[in-house]
Amino acid sequence: MALANPIPSRDDTPASGLQTEATQSVGLVKTCHVTLFDDDQPLKLDAGSTLAPVTVAYETYGSLNAEKNNAILLCHALSGNAHAAGKHSLEDRKSGWWDDYIGPGKPFDTNRYFIICSNNLGGCDGTTGPSSINPADGKPYALRFPMITIGDMVRVQHALVRHLGVHRLLAVAGGSMGGMMALQWVIDYPDEVDASIAIASTPRLSAQNIAFNAVARQAILMDPFFNGGDYYNDTRRPENGLALARMMAHITYLSEKGLHDKFGRKLQNRERLSFGFETDFAVESYLYYQGSSFVKKFDANTYLYITKAMDYFDPFPDPETTAKRLKPVKAKFLVVSFDTDWRFDTSRSQELVKILNWNRKGVTFQDIPSPFGHDSFLLDVPLFKLSLATFLQRRFLEITGGVSHLG
Amino acid sequence: MAELRIDLEVIANMVVPGSRILDLGCGDGALLEHLIQHKNVQGYGVEISHEGVHACIRRGVPVYHGDIDEGLSEHPNDHFDYVILSHTLQTVHRPRFVIKEMLRIGKMGIVSFPNFGHWSIRSHLAFGGRMPRTPILPFAWYDTPNIHMCTILDFHELCQEMNLKIVQTVYLASSGHHPENPLKRQFAKWLPLPVANFLAPMAVFLLEEST
Repeated sequence: MALANPIPSRDDTPASGLQTEATQSVGLVKTCHVTLFDDDQPLKLDAGSTLAPVTVAYETYGSLNAEKNNAILLCHALSGNAHAAGKHSLEDRKSGWWDDYIGPGKPFDTNRYFIICSNNLGGCDGTTGPSSINPADGKPYALRFPMITIGDMVRVQHALVRHLGVHRLLAVAGGSMGGMMALQWVIDYPDEVDASIAIASTPRLSAQNIAFNAVARQAILMDPFFNGGDYYNDTRRPENGLALARMMAHITYLSEKGLHDKFGRKLQNRERLSFGFETDFAVESYLYYQGSSFVKKFDANTYLYITKAMDYFDPFPDPETTAKRLKPVKAKFLVVSFDTDWRFDTSRSQELVKILNWNRKGVTFQDIPSPFGHDSFLLDVPLFKLSLATFLQRRFLEITGGVSHLG
Repeated sequence: MAELRIDLEVIANMVVPGSRILDLGCGDGALLEHLIQHKNVQGYGVEISHEGVHACIRRGVPVYHGDIDEGLSEHPNDHFDYVILSHTLQTVHRPRFVIKEMLRIGKMGIVSFPNFGHWSIRSHLAFGGRMPRTPILPFAWYDTPNIHMCTILDFHELCQEMNLKIVQTVYLASSGHHPENPLKRQFAKWLPLPVANFLAPMAVFLLEEST
């Protein structure tokens, strides 16, 4: 079903075999695992309960310097994982999800910084989540997994960062939901972060954002094979529901123009319309492919839990609470939006900038032109790369007391 | 002092250390960087070009990428000690509105602009019969960002009409760099207005709302 010329997207990252001289890949990497919370010291959750054990999957690139002031934490979005850069084996077709941005000479320059990326709490790629085994009964948690928040995910990341011997982060950066985590970080650990980078993100989900998440969850919950979330030992899983959720979400990740420019009304492997319910158009085929490839690597229950955590995220509910939460924050902010993003459009980033400005935080905001919609932050957008690289270099020089001007 | 344009140097000297400053149309952020480094101000820029934004990031100057109009409405009353509009008044669509907003969100406003009443510009038009082109106004008439040119007299009149108090006026004697000789940089402030309007290629005004 592969298309001759698919548009670039998070699931179609071109194999990064070709590297220019200036920038390189981090090469072969491996995912590590560590158990950070146990029965003696369980993870305390915002919803009131506790969770143990909590295992975290993570990867690191570059090395921590002697002063331990060059560490950057990257936060992945809804469907990401710990594998942000490089390849796990030479046979891998694709590199990590942010490979364009991580490596020698790239914005997250591994010659200079120590990069950490972990799979979020509630995830399905090595970190404890609904598909993990509940030690109480030896069965997968499924919907018995406790409700989690962005704050809980950040608490787990914090434990990982400490475990890696890092007590201060040069930056926490992320796109979409990752940007929300970058905000949560500075609120929860104001003395431990020098820069917060929120890309294509939002201070809170709008009604439309929540509506999209609600429909996605309904698609999963109403799948005949959902079985109350206990599908792990079944031969059939709620794949249609999850694929549907993904297909709908995927449309919101691209811009109308980007999608039309690529597919237009092109037909898929046919000369004329079927006048039936077969796959007529190339864009249909593309979406089916996105849906079917997603269900092979993602857990439906994780989709439910993570989208709910996004819906609940609202760190700045009113001016008083906002002022109180932002008062101790010393980090500098970089907020970036993309002009064709309609999942979290430019006005959502501007809303965040306004909140930060009113509370007198140092914030830089840029709206980047890009045809790729919400997904722009994952793709090769040179203007964005330059801003990100420059911001990090500047912050690093300020922290390390380097020269005040960059050449 | 780093090489600041002469009006920026004058503006930098007007600002009280430690204040909070918004620079509208901050360009490459040179003024704000200077103020942050030497006067310990909390600075914030608004800039529409990506080149300018990148330069600001490189200098460590917080900047908002967008229209001046957007950059203004975002802020509460008296949020800044100074709002600066340097060499930018002539490029905005609604100068009167922008000045009004400046003095809403800032306690004081600082405005600098190229004086269209300068003798060289008058003579360009009077004797050359063409739209003037000078080192500070180098653009052809059909390709210029400068859409609202005014003279020092015009600006005075607008301030009166808007009931604004001109706290300080600096008539610049040049638009270039004269770092060595301060006498070459500005005219005396007691110069009669029509004379200043004839002689000064640029002027800087410190404004506040009349009480």
